Amino acid sequence: MMNNRNADTAPLLEVRDLSIAFDTRRGLLRAVDGMSFKLVPGEILGVVGESGAGKSLTGAAIIGLLEPPGHVSGGEIHFEGTRIDNFSREQMRQMRGKKIGAIFQDPLTSLNPLLTIERQLVETIQTHLNLDSGEARQRAIELLTEVGIPAPEKRIDHYPHQFSGGMRQRVVIALAICAQPKLIIADEPTTALDVSIQAQIIALLKKMCREHGTAVMLITHDMGVIAETCDRVAVMYSGRLAEIGPVHQVVKEPRHPYTRGLMGSIPAIGTGSERLTQIKGAMPRLKDIPPGCAFHPRCSEVMERCSSIKPIPVEINDSEVACLLYEKGT
Amino acid sequence: MNISKLFSVRTMADVWDSDLVYSFKKSRVTVIAAIVTLMIIAASLTAPWIAPHDPFDVATLSLMDSELPPFWVDGGDPRFLLGTDNQGRDVFSVILYGSRISLAVGFISVVLAMAFGICFGLLSGYFGGVIDAVFMRIADIMLSFPTILVALLVSGIVRGVLPREMHENAALVVLVFAIAVTTWVQYARTVRGSTMVERNREYVMAARLVGRNPFAIIFRHIFPNVLGPVLVIATINLAMAILIEATLSFLGVGMPPTNPSLGTLIRVGNEFLFSGVWWVVIFPSLTLVMLVLAVNLLGDWLRDALNPKLR
Amino acid sequence: MFAFILRRLLQSVMVMLAVALISFFMFRFVGDPVNSMLPENASTEDRLKLRVQLGLDDPVATQFWNFVSGTVQGEFGISYRNKRPVNDLIAERLPATIELVFVAALFALAVGVPTGVYSALHRRGIASNLLQVLSLIGISVPTFVTGILLILVFSVWLNWLPSFGRGDVVKIGWWTTGFMTISGIKSLILPAAMLGLFQVTLIMRLVRSEMLEILRSDFIRFARARGLTDRAVHFGHAFRNTLMPVITIVGLQLGSMFAFAIITETVFQWPGMGLLFIQAVNFADIPVMSAYLILVAFVFVLINMIVDLLYFVVDPRLSANGERT
Repeated sequence: MMNNRNADTAPLLEVRDLSIAFDTRRGLLRAVDGMSFKLVPGEILGVVGESGAGKSLTGAAIIGLLEPPGHVSGGEIHFEGTRIDNFSREQMRQMRGKKIGAIFQDPLTSLNPLLTIERQLVETIQTHLNLDSGEARQRAIELLTEVGIPAPEKRIDHYPHQFSGGMRQRVVIALAICAQPKLIIADEPTTALDVSIQAQIIALLKKMCREHGTAVMLITHDMGVIAETCDRVAVMYSGRLAEIGPVHQVVKEPRHPYTRGLMGSIPAIGTGSERLTQIKGAMPRLKDIPPGCAFHPRCSEVMERCSSIKPIPVEINDSEVACLLYEKGT
Repeated sequence: MNISKLFSVRTMADVWDSDLVYSFKKSRVTVIAAIVTLMIIAASLTAPWIAPHDPFDVATLSLMDSELPPFWVDGGDPRFLLGTDNQGRDVFSVILYGSRISLAVGFISVVLAMAFGICFGLLSGYFGGVIDAVFMRIADIMLSFPTILVALLVSGIVRGVLPREMHENAALVVLVFAIAVTTWVQYARTVRGSTMVERNREYVMAARLVGRNPFAIIFRHIFPNVLGPVLVIATINLAMAILIEATLSFLGVGMPPTNPSLGTLIRVGNEFLFSGVWWVVIFPSLTLVMLVLAVNLLGDWLRDALNPKLR
Repeated sequence: MFAFILRRLLQSVMVMLAVALISFFMFRFVGDPVNSMLPENASTEDRLKLRVQLGLDDPVATQFWNFVSGTVQGEFGISYRNKRPVNDLIAERLPATIELVFVAALFALAVGVPTGVYSALHRRGIASNLLQVLSLIGISVPTFVTGILLILVFSVWLNWLPSFGRGDVVKIGWWTTGFMTISGIKSLILPAAMLGLFQVTLIMRLVRSEMLEILRSDFIRFARARGLTDRAVHFGHAFRNTLMPVITIVGLQLGSMFAFAIITETVFQWPGMGLLFIQAVNFADIPVMSAYLILVAFVFVLINMIVDLLYFVVDPRLSANGERT
């Protein structure tokens, strides 16, 4: 198990107080509010939360693919010590693929249906590495072998629709790592796949990352995947960080009431037949975020202060939790 | 797009505050377009009262007044704001009456096409099967032909059937019919698609289980839900209908010179182009362009406003 | 793949038959051919002779069969108005329309596609907005008004280009071409511009909206995420994928250009099929109308088939055998 936020390991990625906002006619809506976290090289960080909690947006902001009218409205993003959130378009483009990569949810729509796999691989390889087409093709075949595509010399000339969903996602992974990026943002990489294939793909992702030393920011709403794969996990709620820490701590002994609710709602084989917990209510819409703690209307341990004071993440050992229950003195 | 959402507001304040009206107010171009359209519509509707002259009353025409330029040009007469044609008719008045015809044909044909298209689409989409298959074939064939051609054909056939004396009087009806026949397919297709989607929804299945009469289901439940896209098509088609009518009239198979639409006016005026009498053709052309442009802008705005994806 | 071709052929034949049926009914039942063809004072004997000659007393099925077999062999009957065989009329007029449509189409593509691409890539620039506005005006101005304006500017005021007729033409076999003479080419410019201009705005808006749609898609996002250059993303991926739907629509537009030529030929008195058709409609000259109908239907069906086949060639999803593992 990789050791995490050790003070001696310089962070690969550092997100400080990131805020992402949307301009709408009703004013500025904050979709992500004050997200802060770090990632060390080779670490797999899971980012979990409900749909709309801001996970994908955070990932998009890091790789510089935030779509207008969304924009970074505050905070900083540092990569390998350099600040990147204020990079020019061209500077950011040079980072992508080479330093930071991404894979998305639907492998079918991630590939250009009209071009062969070879063309798409070679193009990406040649953009980042100085190889001629013969060498690039060779390298592409090697990559395909690495991700587990059978008979790669033949299949490389096929089109995306000739591959099954799981195979396509392997190709997508190959495309993402071909220039050896240091960080990969994986946005729900298995959600669109069959359950039986999901495990394979996650295993592949994990293997590739260990072998190449790539750090991964694994965005998902599937806690099972998180528990299996990640070193640390961050829990997001309403665009804010609720809790972050080593995976065994967050899963076994969650501190934030929201996290507790999440863990309690997962059926586990082998335990006694207790009722699954259900958190009453729903995550608020962007324009209806309550003052103070965003979760307080649904919280079973709510205190009076929660409706007026916005909790800031508090360090406890190797974790952080943003809940007034853990403020010093309580 | 569920149009009943547009109407499920409780007060005028809600309407004023809704997304639709907001985007309307925000776009200055659209507001201007709406104003222009309304102005032209108002002018043409009140033509008999506000036109300074009656271009059809032969008694008031005088050849002495013929071929006068617009009043701001040398030789113009302030009685005839935009000049006169070769028979002394006031161009401004003629344009007012002409716009009336153009708009009338446009609107009526759109309403007719919509009615027919919606019915056909609802039935075809709901019942499917043979009805649907046959309909799709016809629709495909009709859609692949250019509108002008179909309109011309229908026009030609009707002319062949009617005795020559009736051609002039029946021109309006023939035109409306021809344009409606040409354009109904688009509505039908869209409605069919939406109907098929709605048909598989739970509320329809529930209604069917309860044993409701299919026609009641179609008209009370499905119909309001498929209206949205139809309205958008209608605005686009209105512009198209006006253009088709103008084209047919220009080609000589539309409204006759005795009851001219803007297209007829342009055709007639075209013949004077080389002799330097430019106002008889330019002003009707300008009016036509303004009208169609305004309708197009309104249609564009409506489409953008109703399209949730673009928000 | 063969099954596909066969099915399309069958469809096409059915469409042609349907059109032939409509054509035939027009021919036979609209108006009275005998009355239209003979002068008022023709004798009853002459009328009877003509009836037999035209086969008007045979059973309807036979008439239809004769009609179809005649049409397939290119026999379209006699024009009421000109009293000449329709075939001759067609042979005279067809080259004019084809040359016109061809040049107009080239013009429309050469202007429409680049402007559409530019307008999609530079969404917020002034030039792009200007183009948007121009294109909106473009589809609001009726084609004949454009033509009149062109004549006004280039013929009446500037006197650069002729405003009617084809100029001098050279006869090659049964074809007459205007490409080989200066006056022929000069006469072609304005009408082709008018016919093409309308299509330009259409193509431009089409290319723009298709490309914008594609630029929003997932694989473009992933391409950017891989760090591909803007050039690679815009042209290697976005534009390439835009071509397919654009080709389809442009192909279909070619067919409708044939019909729009009617208007152009009326404005410029261009001696082509369109002008012939209008004169026929005015006169209720049914044989010419029905011949035109069949000809246009044939052109449409042909173009549709070619476009479908093109799709097959261009889209790998349709042709490659989908072995999925």
